[in-house]
Amino acid sequence: MTEPLLRTERLVKRYGGLLATDNVSIDVRPGEIHALIGPNGAGKTTLVHQLTGVVAPDSGAIHFAGRDVTRLATHARVRLGLGRSFQITSVLREFTALENVALAVQGHAGHSFRFLADARHDEALRGPARRLLEEVGLGERAGTLAASLSHGEQRQLEIAMALAGEPSLLLLDEPMAGMGVEESQRLIGFLRALKQKHAMLLIEHDMDAVFQLADRITVLVYGRAIASGTPDEIRANPDVRQAYLGEEAA
Amino acid sequence: MMAALRTPRGLATALILLVLAVLPLLTQAFDQRYLLSIGTRIVIWSIAAVSLNMILGYGGLVSFGHAMFFGIGGYAVGILSAEGVSSGWIQWPVALLAATAWAALIGALSLRTRGLYFIMITLAFAQLVYYVGSGLEAYGGDDGLNISRSRFPGLIDLRDKASFYWLCFALLCASLWFCGRYANSHFGLVLRGAKSNELRMTALGFPVFRYRLAAFTIAGALGGLSGILLANEGAYVSPAMMSWMKSGDLIVIVVLGGMGALFGPLYGTIAFFVLEEALPPLLNLAHKGWGEYWMIVFGPLLVLIALYARGGIDSLLGRRHE
Repeated sequence: MTEPLLRTERLVKRYGGLLATDNVSIDVRPGEIHALIGPNGAGKTTLVHQLTGVVAPDSGAIHFAGRDVTRLATHARVRLGLGRSFQITSVLREFTALENVALAVQGHAGHSFRFLADARHDEALRGPARRLLEEVGLGERAGTLAASLSHGEQRQLEIAMALAGEPSLLLLDEPMAGMGVEESQRLIGFLRALKQKHAMLLIEHDMDAVFQLADRITVLVYGRAIASGTPDEIRANPDVRQAYLGEEAA
Repeated sequence: MMAALRTPRGLATALILLVLAVLPLLTQAFDQRYLLSIGTRIVIWSIAAVSLNMILGYGGLVSFGHAMFFGIGGYAVGILSAEGVSSGWIQWPVALLAATAWAALIGALSLRTRGLYFIMITLAFAQLVYYVGSGLEAYGGDDGLNISRSRFPGLIDLRDKASFYWLCFALLCASLWFCGRYANSHFGLVLRGAKSNELRMTALGFPVFRYRLAAFTIAGALGGLSGILLANEGAYVSPAMMSWMKSGDLIVIVVLGGMGALFGPLYGTIAFFVLEEALPPLLNLAHKGWGEYWMIVFGPLLVLIALYARGGIDSLLGRRHE
């Protein structure tokens, strides 16, 4: 078995009396899509925040790309190759689609303490940005303000921005949220094509998408990982059926 | 360049700069020396407003203590002058260094907070500087300190009103030039991105704090420069030049002119000074004694700007082409 890209070791996060993350140990291997599912309030977002470095775990460890990153700042994890898209669409609304991605390229290129050169005409940033927009199917919309893009397009833009960092692991927080069926299907095809280059940890409510895409699934309930396995194993798991999938899968 | 002149904004800006460039000649021709003194203060305050715009306008950081840099720059010059160091070659670098170091220090502390807390902490630091200034009994305390103007022997005589004005105007042009480059530079885009969505910029790998600290420090240095000029303009420094009301005036000027617009601080300062000078006599004309209450008109005007012209005067000059 290949060495996992991302591995958590008995992560614990408490909020007062609430155990939001209860000894969670998961891993993501290169080239795979690992889906994290669970009902609302299961602690998915809290877990994502610990992985990205927004909040620190109370105990346990996070290893990424062979390093202990438990105490590393968010931007440093990004530099190591941990890219993410947000649950709530998070683009720079006052910037055009191209400028959004160009900034993402700039973020990956290293420090930006350059005060005099005009970054808006820097082809070293705009060239790759244009290619990324083409790749996610937004080539035509390069000059449009992000605020004016449709919801689905903004999600595509998010992914283009995450890809600009050439991440070895993509953390996708509900990428299908608010998308129509057709848009979702397009995104599913796109993500599948992407997984050879970028492993993914997928947090998603859309079960169709999860079972179509995931190589492995971990089910989170009340902060605990109650099951982990292939989509077929998860479908057949009685605990999962009772706790989460309920009638839907029965 | 020529195309820019055909837009209302380009035309207005070019006219303003042209008038400012020849102002000493105009005031001499019409024998209105008082106007040159106002013009000098407009130019100096514009530099301060440009520096505040660099953090407030482009960074979304509402610093409610920017007048403290008037004080730091001014007092550095004033204290050196009182101690017999009259050379501008020493005074100015020391003052700039002091403003820069102070900005870096309080930036490092205040930028750890957000929103209202940032406003309060910058105000608190400004008040601290204010009370230190008024506690400096050896340097005039509350009454302030008369100083002699900085000397640049053989280069320029700051006592000459026109020369001093042109120096200030040249420094304003340099500030505007730098701010224009800064706004669209790699650095500026990161700062503006962080204003729009800090979390996103962090997720893109930008250590937002460092960028904001650098911006705050640069703005502090430029603010210090305006303090140096202000001290030389009146040959006088006092704690009043850094009261919280002056910090408020600077915010008003930047908002009035248009946050994040390159020439916004210039429009804002001119509008502010013109209203401040023109409203009292106008109101006195309507009814004797009303002039005192010009703020009653000025306040609602600001509310209207805040409600209906979010981009300030700049937005009234048409859409911006970036």
